Amino acid sequence: MPTVRTRRQPGGGRSPHLAQDGLARAGRALRLVLLIALAVVFLVPFYLLVRNGLATEREITAPNWRFFPERLHWEHIGELFRDPNVPMAHSLLNSAVIAVLTTAGTVLLASLAGYGLARIPYRHANKVFYAILGTLMVPAAVTFVPSFVLVSSLGWISTLRGLIVPTVFSAFACLIFRQFFAGFPRELEDAARVDGLGYWRTYWRVVAPNSRPVFAAVSTIVFVGAWNAFLWPLVIGQDREAWTVQVALSTFTTAQTVNLHELFVAAAVSILPLLVVFLFLQRYLVAGVERSGIDD
Amino acid sequence: MLRNLLGRQNRTLWFWVFVGPFAIGLGLFTYVPLAWSLYLSFFDAHNTVTPHDFVGFGNYTALLRDGDFTGSLGTFVVFSAFIVPATFVLSLALALAINRLRFAQAFFRSVFFLPTACSYVVAALIWKLSIFNGVRFGLANTVLGWFGGDDVAWLSSTSPPWYWLVIVTVRLWLQAGFYMVLFLAGLQRIPAPLYEAAAVDGARPGWQTFRHITFPALRATSVAVVLLLVINAFQSFDEFYNLLSSSRGYPPYARPPLVYLYYTALGQGQNLGYGSAGAMLLALLIAVVTVVQARWFGLGKKED
Repeated sequence: MPTVRTRRQPGGGRSPHLAQDGLARAGRALRLVLLIALAVVFLVPFYLLVRNGLATEREITAPNWRFFPERLHWEHIGELFRDPNVPMAHSLLNSAVIAVLTTAGTVLLASLAGYGLARIPYRHANKVFYAILGTLMVPAAVTFVPSFVLVSSLGWISTLRGLIVPTVFSAFACLIFRQFFAGFPRELEDAARVDGLGYWRTYWRVVAPNSRPVFAAVSTIVFVGAWNAFLWPLVIGQDREAWTVQVALSTFTTAQTVNLHELFVAAAVSILPLLVVFLFLQRYLVAGVERSGIDD
Repeated sequence: MLRNLLGRQNRTLWFWVFVGPFAIGLGLFTYVPLAWSLYLSFFDAHNTVTPHDFVGFGNYTALLRDGDFTGSLGTFVVFSAFIVPATFVLSLALALAINRLRFAQAFFRSVFFLPTACSYVVAALIWKLSIFNGVRFGLANTVLGWFGGDDVAWLSSTSPPWYWLVIVTVRLWLQAGFYMVLFLAGLQRIPAPLYEAAAVDGARPGWQTFRHITFPALRATSVAVVLLLVINAFQSFDEFYNLLSSSRGYPPYARPPLVYLYYTALGQGQNLGYGSAGAMLLALLIAVVTVVQARWFGLGKKED
């Protein structure tokens, strides 16, 4: 508990209430104006995505800034998917398969392990726990060279296996589940035990169904991370056939071989799934972020 | 007796049923690559993972003399000197402002949190090709033009190094909302009686209350935020790669450690021994920094 030190200001609180009220109101108004201005700035990149994606090439590169194109060219979306030079549909499919399987695998493995660590007494449980904790000291990104070495010697380059399997063992997700299950009410489990259920069935019939919020929180955060992942898919998904949507976008951003409007409409399409996640699952995403910051 | 023994065995068995698949996989894809990489780091391994030319610490001494490697660490230091304080201040300010709003809290939180859903690739694309593209029709130069300024070649000018502005703002935009949510959660955990007591003692709302009540009470959150910011800055790759590399390759400046490793180990030479040694040094560095930071902030000691 931090010590609370406060000083009494000489004459503080003696100023007329009305003046203070007015000052406080002005402060609140100023804060609101600043917040609104910042909110507009934060939304500008999304606006640019739509503006550039639905404008003609000439409108984008016009020397005078136009806030909106004369007409919104929705047909750019159809053209994007018909362009044989841009593997849009295929890379979106890759991203979807990878994100869904990575999420399912991560949550399944990490939740089981988290429950075992939190609830099943075992002599060496602490050693196992510290071995898992230790991997957090070695961030995944630093192990990308060693992991690349392993995956390439397994012959998994440019395969879905190589893109998914090494990423589903998340110590971070395991710790979140362990922490959550450690606080799970024991009475519920005891009731199941009395009914003669073992660990396995207690877990699936009682614990998991009553832990939906934590499953939802971890799932959304893992899904967003998997959809947006770049370094690993760049290193492993080398063939065009194995490109995720991020790798495809990056290839055209750095090479600049396609039209600007096409690139922007592709980027807009690529974030649509996440906007849907964001709209409907935001509270779980927030819960996941909050859990990820708690370290004890 | 027998029953007891069996019961204990059953527990052991069930422990491994639950934890085994995860622990084995984690070991296989973290500890095995690390060990293998440690092995490779003592060899001259070009394009091979089963090398024969043992070079001892040759890769390590070469790395420490390699200006590109030490330069990449310098790039990280510069980058975190910008991004860590900037994100910390902005996300804390946003959290404080939103926490005290009487309406539209959820709206503002959503707006600032929204970029969390965007990938570094997409953000870099917008920054590089629309905002800071360095030509007349870019947004930044358009705004400069309204105030009578000249066009700036944001990403390709090294004196002054404007590219830092592009790199720092893209990450700031992407991650400020994430840390704002952490701070908001921290703020909501501060017990209201603390403020009431402070008010009774005559602390005025505003700076005084923040300085003596709110900020000390946010200590745990602040420490976590700084640790996460530094670790994430150390691992930065996506925005550097997507903003700076082009069909002509990657420019010689602004190469953080992972970009350096990427081009060394997986570039044309595929110098896996050298790259592995680099990865080992970085892993060591992160471990040391983490331990030092934890000591510094007194982590591990329970706060009460």
